[in-house]
Amino acid sequence: MSERQKMPNRKPQERIKDFESVALGFSEEQALIEAARCIQCKKPLCVGGCPVDIDIPAFIELIKKKDYEAAIKKIKEKNSLPAICGRVCPQEDQCEKVCIVGKKGVPVSIGALERFAADWELATCQKSEIRDQKKLLVKVAVVGSGPAGLTCAGDLAKMGYDVILFESLHISGGVLMYGIPEFRLPKKIVQAEIEYIKNLGVQIKTNMVIGKSMTVDELFKEGFSAIFVATGAGLPQFPGIPGENLNRIYSANEFLTRVNLMKAYKFPQYDTPINIGSDVVAIGAGNVAFDSARVALRLGARSVTIVYRRTENEMPARIEEIENAKEEGIKFKLLTAPIRFIPDEKGFVKEIECIQMELGEPDESRRRRPIPKKGSEFVIKADTVIVAIGQSPNPLIPHAMPLLKLGKQGNIMVDTETMMTSIPGIFAGGDIVTGADTVISAMGAGKKAAVAIDKYLINK
Amino acid sequence: MEDTLFRTISNQTIARGINKMEILAPHIAKKVLAGQFVMLRVDEKGERIPLTIADSSTRKGTITIIFQIVGLTTKKLGGIKEGNAILDLAGPLGRATEIKKYGTIILVGGGVGIAEMYPVAKAFKGAGNRIISILGVRTKELLILENELRKVSDEICITTDDGSYGKRGLVTEVLGQIIKKEKVDLVYAIGPVIMMKAVSELTRPYKIHTIVSLNSIMVDGTGMCGSCRVKVDEKSKFACVDGPEFDGHLVDFDELSKRLKLFIDLEKVANS
Repeated sequence: MSERQKMPNRKPQERIKDFESVALGFSEEQALIEAARCIQCKKPLCVGGCPVDIDIPAFIELIKKKDYEAAIKKIKEKNSLPAICGRVCPQEDQCEKVCIVGKKGVPVSIGALERFAADWELATCQKSEIRDQKKLLVKVAVVGSGPAGLTCAGDLAKMGYDVILFESLHISGGVLMYGIPEFRLPKKIVQAEIEYIKNLGVQIKTNMVIGKSMTVDELFKEGFSAIFVATGAGLPQFPGIPGENLNRIYSANEFLTRVNLMKAYKFPQYDTPINIGSDVVAIGAGNVAFDSARVALRLGARSVTIVYRRTENEMPARIEEIENAKEEGIKFKLLTAPIRFIPDEKGFVKEIECIQMELGEPDESRRRRPIPKKGSEFVIKADTVIVAIGQSPNPLIPHAMPLLKLGKQGNIMVDTETMMTSIPGIFAGGDIVTGADTVISAMGAGKKAAVAIDKYLINK
Repeated sequence: MEDTLFRTISNQTIARGINKMEILAPHIAKKVLAGQFVMLRVDEKGERIPLTIADSSTRKGTITIIFQIVGLTTKKLGGIKEGNAILDLAGPLGRATEIKKYGTIILVGGGVGIAEMYPVAKAFKGAGNRIISILGVRTKELLILENELRKVSDEICITTDDGSYGKRGLVTEVLGQIIKKEKVDLVYAIGPVIMMKAVSELTRPYKIHTIVSLNSIMVDGTGMCGSCRVKVDEKSKFACVDGPEFDGHLVDFDELSKRLKLFIDLEKVANS
């Protein structure tokens, strides 16, 4: 068997100067070599590893036959956002983790092949079928146009429902637009995939803050028969330590929204500014922390450091992104937790007082719990801090609906089978239910909800 | 809404450097309550900014915003011709003012904050309160909504820094005289941070419940970014979803004042 093909990346010294894509995708030649590595298992495990059940061996076989159009159609039977998933899914923990080729050697590069097929379609301007089919006279509202909402809306539209997707921001895509940076997920790609969802018949209404502009009760009154709430984990957490409101201390959400959604990296050509210094610290070690660190580097920071209370082994970010960050010169300060932010005379952050940690027994996340070492306090320089320690569920809809049953963290409780909340006809999925998780898990939830909503509406 | 623009019905200068704009947005007009705001974006490259809704008409399906032309976005907004549209408008956002009968309420408005005070004064009046309005501006030609506020106030007092109209001096001097003389049940202040701070300090020894409406920097306005966070009673709160109104005796005004200066140098770049 030939070797697993490696997707080419732009050179670190070149890519840190701009916001263009880091990973360039397979060439056709590479895709064909990689597709030939798939052994077409009779009982493939990869499909079970995919939260949206893509028929992986089938689409890879079609790539092998150079029938790329059929390959992307095969993927789109299950996944409406393949160019996005091909870029940001943690395949190493899903389909590729269980790939049988990987049992004895290196797994097939399924994610890169998915991206290849999706990019082929976008590049050759293949118009995915525009559906002009008649719609059922049944209206479904989807609230939030992130990965869960888009997937659910697309699937319901395929079933014939009249779907309206409500988005609170001025553009649809949720975290795909405001969160994940351009160099990892180009916004053109996101918008092209949203175009596909629209072509399926989904109508999108932006600038609609459900819970404020319109309540869920009003949606029912307007004739919607079911509602899917996918408003995400939008509320940034702060460490709750002295000085956290100093200037130039940003939540990762604010920092990334300014740069990705509002295009502050093109200021003053675009109106939204971002104010950063030269020594940037990102706190946390998930994908969001790494995205923030790498964005800061591209904005011209001299030094960017990830401060994390555990070690590299426990980092929740994708290995690929950790490697990319290292190559780009991002520094790590591990087993370190901030305890106080120190200001300059104008109220800007100047330094962080930290404490050394050591790892104790595993906690509920099955990672070893970090414990502060007494008397190990020390100070590091930081004139900009990006806090990426997690997000809580967005409280707008729960606030507006006192009857909705919530979990301890403020997440919406649903029946795991029916995806229905404590209120009949209202379903929920994605980060608003699970807390911050991956794009593909949210898409899996959206998919499951679409099936559940269909079942509910048929039996109603 | 996608493919929906928000048409402006009127856009007039009502005082030096201050414009009043009426925008067609029936779904917001239908829902808005006193104290709430909208987020808007003028054009494709524009910034998202919060503006308090100064008035609304369900009959016409319009909301009114009043803004001082101070930065790039308000300059663009001021230049929009009647009948033309702005790209994005979302709302109404924030928690509404808790309107009930308190008794005697003093409302203190400073500068363009007077516009934001008007719907609150109107709603308090409607709930049967006795309204004393104190309006403070630098000079006469910056005064707005005087007639409107006279209609909803039982007493009104206007101060100017230069004595060009009303009493010469600060709003706090007038406020101090009133609360020394009579029982006041609630003070509501909106305007520059320094004014809201001074009002809160003045009422503190009298233990008069004092509400302030904060003008923090916001990006999304829906609780997502935390740009607007403010320390209230030693805890970080988000002005967009927890506010914009807070107990003036618990707000860290000095921190707020510093946070408002974060982008000052960059704003100069944008304006140049």
